[in-house]
Amino acid sequence: MAAISRDEVAHLARLARIEMTDAELDHLASEMDLILESVSRVQGVAGADIPPTSHAIAMQNVMRPDVVVPSLTPEEALSGAPAREEDRFKVPQILGEE
Amino acid sequence: MSADLASGAVTAVDLANAHFDRIAAVDGDVHAFLHVDREGALAQASAVDASRKSGEKLHPLAGVPLALKDVLTQKGVPTTCGSKMLEGWRPPYDSTVVTNLKKAGVVILGKTNMDEFAMGSSTENSAYGATHNPWDLTRIPGGSGGGSSAALAAFEAPLAIGTDTGGSIRQPAAVTGTVGVKPTYGAVSRYGLVAFSSSLDQAGPCARTVLDTAMLHEVIAGYDPKDSTSINAPVGKMVEAAKKLDVKGMKIGVVKELSGEGYQVGVLTRFNEALEALVSAGAEIVEVSAPSFEYALAAYYLIAPSETSSNLARFDSMRYGIRIGDDGSRSAEEVMNMTREVGFGKEVKRRIILGTYALSSGYYDAYYGSAQKVRTLIKRDYEAAFAKVDVLVSPTCPTTAFKIGEKSDDPVAMYLNDVCTIPINLAGIGGMSLPCGLAPEDGLPVGFQIMSPAMKDELMYQVGGTLEAALESSWGKPLYASAPELAVK
Repeated sequence: MAAISRDEVAHLARLARIEMTDAELDHLASEMDLILESVSRVQGVAGADIPPTSHAIAMQNVMRPDVVVPSLTPEEALSGAPAREEDRFKVPQILGEE
Repeated sequence: MSADLASGAVTAVDLANAHFDRIAAVDGDVHAFLHVDREGALAQASAVDASRKSGEKLHPLAGVPLALKDVLTQKGVPTTCGSKMLEGWRPPYDSTVVTNLKKAGVVILGKTNMDEFAMGSSTENSAYGATHNPWDLTRIPGGSGGGSSAALAAFEAPLAIGTDTGGSIRQPAAVTGTVGVKPTYGAVSRYGLVAFSSSLDQAGPCARTVLDTAMLHEVIAGYDPKDSTSINAPVGKMVEAAKKLDVKGMKIGVVKELSGEGYQVGVLTRFNEALEALVSAGAEIVEVSAPSFEYALAAYYLIAPSETSSNLARFDSMRYGIRIGDDGSRSAEEVMNMTREVGFGKEVKRRIILGTYALSSGYYDAYYGSAQKVRTLIKRDYEAAFAKVDVLVSPTCPTTAFKIGEKSDDPVAMYLNDVCTIPINLAGIGGMSLPCGLAPEDGLPVGFQIMSPAMKDELMYQVGGTLEAALESSWGKPLYASAPELAVK
């Protein structure tokens, strides 16, 4: 049985904000099945007593002194903007009509 | 080059121009560069020449040219990460690596090709076309940093910067007969390195010799308050270690699990010859077992995509990068969906979807959680091994360079190429690849990997420098000098 269905892949694509074509979804669903089969070998390798590692070199609460340092000018910060209006990023409509 | 620059036999401008000539002559076939910054590099070179003339004491690498992987920001110079998503983007700031290079006077020639967002082992996933291996133009130069390694092997640059998340410095070095080092995680700042998998990504030095790599390492490494994972400790003496040429009394562990079935015969032949050379130089070879390594690849292909799915969410078409479909009628979300569909390539999408799945509720413990536990086991395997030996060694890759196109339709086969390089990223330790000869069956370079404990990167330079000297004296010349001539245009 497939580990993941085409509908599930379509749902993941929506969550990841990627509009995919039907052909892409078909292809990806079959690939994901193979990939999941090979990565699922991690399951059950480590016992319940083994803690997870998120960072190899453990560090905690790294802070820098709260000092004001020069930052980008508005011109620099906006230099890569796909669209701008005055000193602001211009974005498509975010809220609905109502 | 460094000595000729210091003596005044050549100027930095001469050197930069000579490399631009070389790039113009061979890069049509190799395609190592995505962008050549002639103007910027010559301005930098002239400044170095002027400082030298005025008697200023300069860094030994001042005026030496370098090729920069296109995943690191350089102010005003296009940075694409090999992706359509960032086509035309000119970052408004320098990465810390670039700041350090500029401070030392290293001249940045341009930006090198890579797999999109550093995901891949062949540089075929670049949105701007594949890079070709200078040893055989029909083969891959490794990945993701194939542009940097190919530029070195093709003599388009003597120094390069790569980044290594699962082997993207070491595997390209191995298949192009060059040297590449992934320093201990946190040794080199990630500020301005476009993130792929934050807990694994690390920038590092690449060159044609161990000593050059060591010199570059000392330039780019060091504590940076702008990176919260940067290690606050002095940089080790890599150059001194590379010059020691002595491994007497050192214990070198051969990882049993990184050998045997699935490894090309010629790779193992050259690897074993290198071990003999180290024994002749006075090292003791011990076999070491690391039982969890067999799960490293699976753990990596859950952890890295999970972090990817989160990191690449920043490409939302709002603040930088391309924007598709914004005709006034569509919502921000629709525009985002369309932009990400067009902007990301196949492999990137595959990993974002895989990561989104591994992190989703109901599957988190089974996939991401289990992978993080395996990561603990791998770390423990290394700790146990380093309690017995000074460094560990293995082949860098199971095979020599494969053909372009050979594995592009089979992601699982492609991922298997990283089986030897991935464990060290999961453990955060240092790793080096240096050439140990040409495989007899295909005449292509073979890489030898040295792994050193965290914060002891100098050990791999000591062993690497010694091995390089021993092998070169048996060959009568360095390996890079045997590379085939490229057609000059």
